[in-house]
Amino acid sequence: MKFKKLNLVLILLITILVFFALYLGMKKQNLYTTDHIVNKKMPNLISTELFTGEEKNLSKLVAKEKFTILNIWASWCAPCRSEHKHLITLSSNNNSKIVGLNYKDKIENAKSFISELGNPYDHILLDKKGFISIDIGAYGVPETYVIDNTNNKIIKKYLGPIDEFILEEIINILNS
Amino acid sequence: MKKIFTLITFSFLLLILINNSVLADNKISKVDSISKNLRCLICQGQSVYDSQSEFAISVKDLIKKKIEEGNSDNDIYEYLKNKYGNWIMYEPELDKKTLLLWILPLILFVFGGLLIFKKAFINYNKNV
Repeated sequence: MKFKKLNLVLILLITILVFFALYLGMKKQNLYTTDHIVNKKMPNLISTELFTGEEKNLSKLVAKEKFTILNIWASWCAPCRSEHKHLITLSSNNNSKIVGLNYKDKIENAKSFISELGNPYDHILLDKKGFISIDIGAYGVPETYVIDNTNNKIIKKYLGPIDEFILEEIINILNS
Repeated sequence: MKKIFTLITFSFLLLILINNSVLADNKISKVDSISKNLRCLICQGQSVYDSQSEFAISVKDLIKKKIEEGNSDNDIYEYLKNKYGNWIMYEPELDKKTLLLWILPLILFVFGGLLIFKKAFINYNKNV
């Protein structure tokens, strides 16, 4: 009788524990978010420039401006086409420089993409193997980062193409 | 004499070839074992090893490069965790958040063992 009572209590306790664990697991959102990137230092980015073929250092390219907008793109990426007009809008802002990171692309294709749609970038650096993007914490195209040049920290990271809402948000940050 | 020299040279070359292929195999299997424990962030449900996305291919190439540079498995995991957070790892680490996940199977195992032991003990007493 005593054993049976003890068994019942133990089974009940274990069941509650299992359900509690499952509940906690369900509550946790297992989606990749950009939170861990925000406020992180931007790694020192050195790469070849698309048009000049010269090796450039990102921090030296953008030293004078308050903000840097780093946009990862590729000519083979369809959403990159849709966000391009917004990048052109952003290029008129005086507080920032826009740097493009061309991701795993063919140089000829990248150049014809720019000549077809216009060039919003102050500089375009190449990421031929995708290693620079990994170093930044990116995983695909398009991705956009807003970097505060005063402390070299990432303020915002946007996954996917820039739309009207994101454009407005970025303009607000740049004018802040 | 010439024959012996040719034989030695041939054996030496064969040894280098075998050694190189074994080393290359080791490197590939190391890349495989590391990438199997990494989550492909743009193709959920697949590991970096399974995926053929551009992201996964880059990560696999980077792992290979880092191995060649002499980095350990742990160095590579730490580097990727620093860039993408713990979510990139398939096997969660033991910390405050995952304590229950690690302890629960142990509790269930001990509890199950106790139940079996108790049942056996009662049966034994009955028989005696």
